[in-house]
Amino acid sequence: MYDFNYQRASSIEDAASKHAAADDARYLAGGMTMVPVLKQRLDQPSDVVDLGGLGDLTGISEDGGAIVIGAMTTHHDVATSDLVKSKIPALADLAGTIGDPMVRNRGTIGGSLANNDPAASYPAAVLGLGATIRTNKRSIEADDFFTGMFDTALEEGELITAVSFPVPEQAGYKHFPNPASRFPIVGAFVAKTGGGVRVGITGASPCAYRQSSFEDALSGGLDPESLKGIEVSSDGMNSDIHASAEYRAHLVNVMARRAIGG
Amino acid sequence: MPSVSMTVNDKQVSGEVEGRTLLVQFLREHLGLTGTHVGCDTSQCGACTVHVNGRAMKSCSLLALHLDGADVQTIEGLADGDTLHPMQEAFREHHALQCGFCTPGMVMSAIGIVNDNPDLDEKTIRHQLEGNICRCTGYHNIVEAIGAAAEDMKG
Repeated sequence: MYDFNYQRASSIEDAASKHAAADDARYLAGGMTMVPVLKQRLDQPSDVVDLGGLGDLTGISEDGGAIVIGAMTTHHDVATSDLVKSKIPALADLAGTIGDPMVRNRGTIGGSLANNDPAASYPAAVLGLGATIRTNKRSIEADDFFTGMFDTALEEGELITAVSFPVPEQAGYKHFPNPASRFPIVGAFVAKTGGGVRVGITGASPCAYRQSSFEDALSGGLDPESLKGIEVSSDGMNSDIHASAEYRAHLVNVMARRAIGG
Repeated sequence: MPSVSMTVNDKQVSGEVEGRTLLVQFLREHLGLTGTHVGCDTSQCGACTVHVNGRAMKSCSLLALHLDGADVQTIEGLADGDTLHPMQEAFREHHALQCGFCTPGMVMSAIGIVNDNPDLDEKTIRHQLEGNICRCTGYHNIVEAIGAAAEDMKG
């Protein structure tokens, strides 16, 4: 790992100003991706601005018809939260499948979303539930947030503060894990929300996306039979030693059906 | 160089570190606590597992400075004099190790598993051990040891 100038932020404003003042800074949340990336010399920031001291970015609350999760809340805390388990059990289930217990004890929802790994789990839920990403500057709708592989709508220095998940009428998540890394080869989050049925898919493509053909097919109700026979094109899907594009395209349908009990 | 202070095994410690110094380097090279092992160094094998503020974490993926003020417990802090922690005793009793390299991380993870799961069954133990890799035992005796220790730790 190349060395860098380590700075600890004392507030959200302090984090943003430290980031802006540095040549080429990165925010550090839980570090479960960031530290391995630095160790492999895949990135060489001049400064690392640690958000670990920002207690107001941690916590889970209910706000109207939504569950609001602070950006620095760990996967473990989401997976075991009584509030999340009672209001959006599929989201708690999803958080409990990320990595392993040690990763879940440290990794954060904000860090995961800012990184936007093609195989990260949370993007499927953010898209599937139509969540809103709150930052230190604005609110970004789920459909506008994920812009490409490891790329988001976040501007330089913009910091996720919380994620607001509307409570759905019904939702389910299923993923096909890579047996070694546990990352989803494909994960599907299906939800019936006030705004209609939404299907968020992760792992299959360079960036998480909504499977609109499934959303149309499920508009009458979340019946897995409605998805049978709907082909998913493998064009542009990820293909690697773990799974071919065609296999991933097939899994999209299988995981979506399993997410709703099929 | 920046300085870092934390509590390690109930003792206050501090040292000068670089921004890039990992917790496991701080433990092993600065404090001489070499019980915490570096296996894969890519946050996959779990040999470096310690407890930070009561939660199991991989010390090869944490910056030392990140943990300024934290309460860290390592394998060296478990035994009470010559009396082993129930989890250590169970690993010994059930022959839950062969080469022993993964064992410190296994024991620290196992204690976390027991603390998090009041009603522990074999399936849960096997699932929760997904972050720890052992290349000798085939896990069977590790799973038995954790189950036995869970009973001892209740009492």
